[in-house]
Amino acid sequence: MIYLQLFLSFLQIGAFSFGGGYAAMPLIQEQTVEYHAWLTMSDFTDLVTIAEMTPGPIAINAATFVGNQVAGIPGALIATLGVILPSCIFVTVLAYLYAKYRKLSLLQGILKALRPTVVAMILAAGLAILIPALFRTGSISFGQQSFDARAAILFILAFIMLRWKKPNPILAMLGCGLTEGIIQIISMYTT
Amino acid sequence: MKKTPSKYLKLFLSTFYLSAFTFGGGYVIVTLLKQKFVDELHWIDEEEMLDMVAIAQSSPGAIAVNGAIVVGYKIGGIPGVLISVLGAVIPPFVIITAISFFYNAFRDNFIIQAVLKGMKSGVCAVIFSVVFDMAANIVRKHEAVQILIMIAAFVADYIFDVNVVVLVILTALLGAVLTICRERQNRRKIG
Repeated sequence: MIYLQLFLSFLQIGAFSFGGGYAAMPLIQEQTVEYHAWLTMSDFTDLVTIAEMTPGPIAINAATFVGNQVAGIPGALIATLGVILPSCIFVTVLAYLYAKYRKLSLLQGILKALRPTVVAMILAAGLAILIPALFRTGSISFGQQSFDARAAILFILAFIMLRWKKPNPILAMLGCGLTEGIIQIISMYTT
Repeated sequence: MKKTPSKYLKLFLSTFYLSAFTFGGGYVIVTLLKQKFVDELHWIDEEEMLDMVAIAQSSPGAIAVNGAIVVGYKIGGIPGVLISVLGAVIPPFVIITAISFFYNAFRDNFIIQAVLKGMKSGVCAVIFSVVFDMAANIVRKHEAVQILIMIAAFVADYIFDVNVVVLVILTALLGAVLTICRERQNRRKIG
């Protein structure tokens, strides 16, 4: 039955995507394009683009999208349920253990070492978004024409605003989006 | 913490709201979760938040969902998990389902593309701002080991592309070893 297939397929995807949203991508491709042929390769590329443009992790977006295509809204529900179930179980168990054994000095020592690592990983993730956005090539090569000065200025301005006025971060993000959108509209109507 | 209905409602609304605006990868929602639940609501303290991010990192699945789960568990136990997962999953679910119907118009619209491009700069500014604070807190403690770990983890992640799960496991081992050595040292001093 298609619902069972959807559920099991996305359960697998959810269970093996370790290390951040993009780790799920090859798994999703394998299952939806190669194994079950629910999507063509071109559909898959479109899906990745959409997932980039919408809120939500790619795994959830993929589950909803594929589920919808294959079996309508019930399909989307089943696939999404499948993809989050492993997370729910695993994380809840870890969170329970954390709450229970937190005071243990060994765990305390481990966590003390982990905290700076987490900060470092978030910084790395931020840079991984920023550098391609600024340089459009994914690598740092100065002197290339493809440096996006406007994006850099927007980033710096947003950063300064955040430090200085401490607005709601979502407002800051939307503000940047609106700015770029307005610039686009203006350029579309003046050329 | 009192688990009143209004806390659950607030948890749902917060997760829903954050999830609806998490453009640009799982770490965005993590930093937004920190801003909301640590800085604004004071339901979780910063160190605990970092521990929870480590848990979210080490578990399978999207970090955005895992982050919601771990925060939900902390704030409201198992019901909290269900509520925050709902809050996290409903926005992308609804949006993607809607988009499946308007797919082409959405994908090729220049203005939407521009807005999303602009938001990327904003997203980066938010991430960097939060990381700046967290890194400053670590440096302020003047603990050489923590600072070294932060730098090493960053280099390993960003420059050498080490898988984050591997990083978490290695750091945890390091923390465990250091803690055991310290305990032995202390015991020798006392005994």
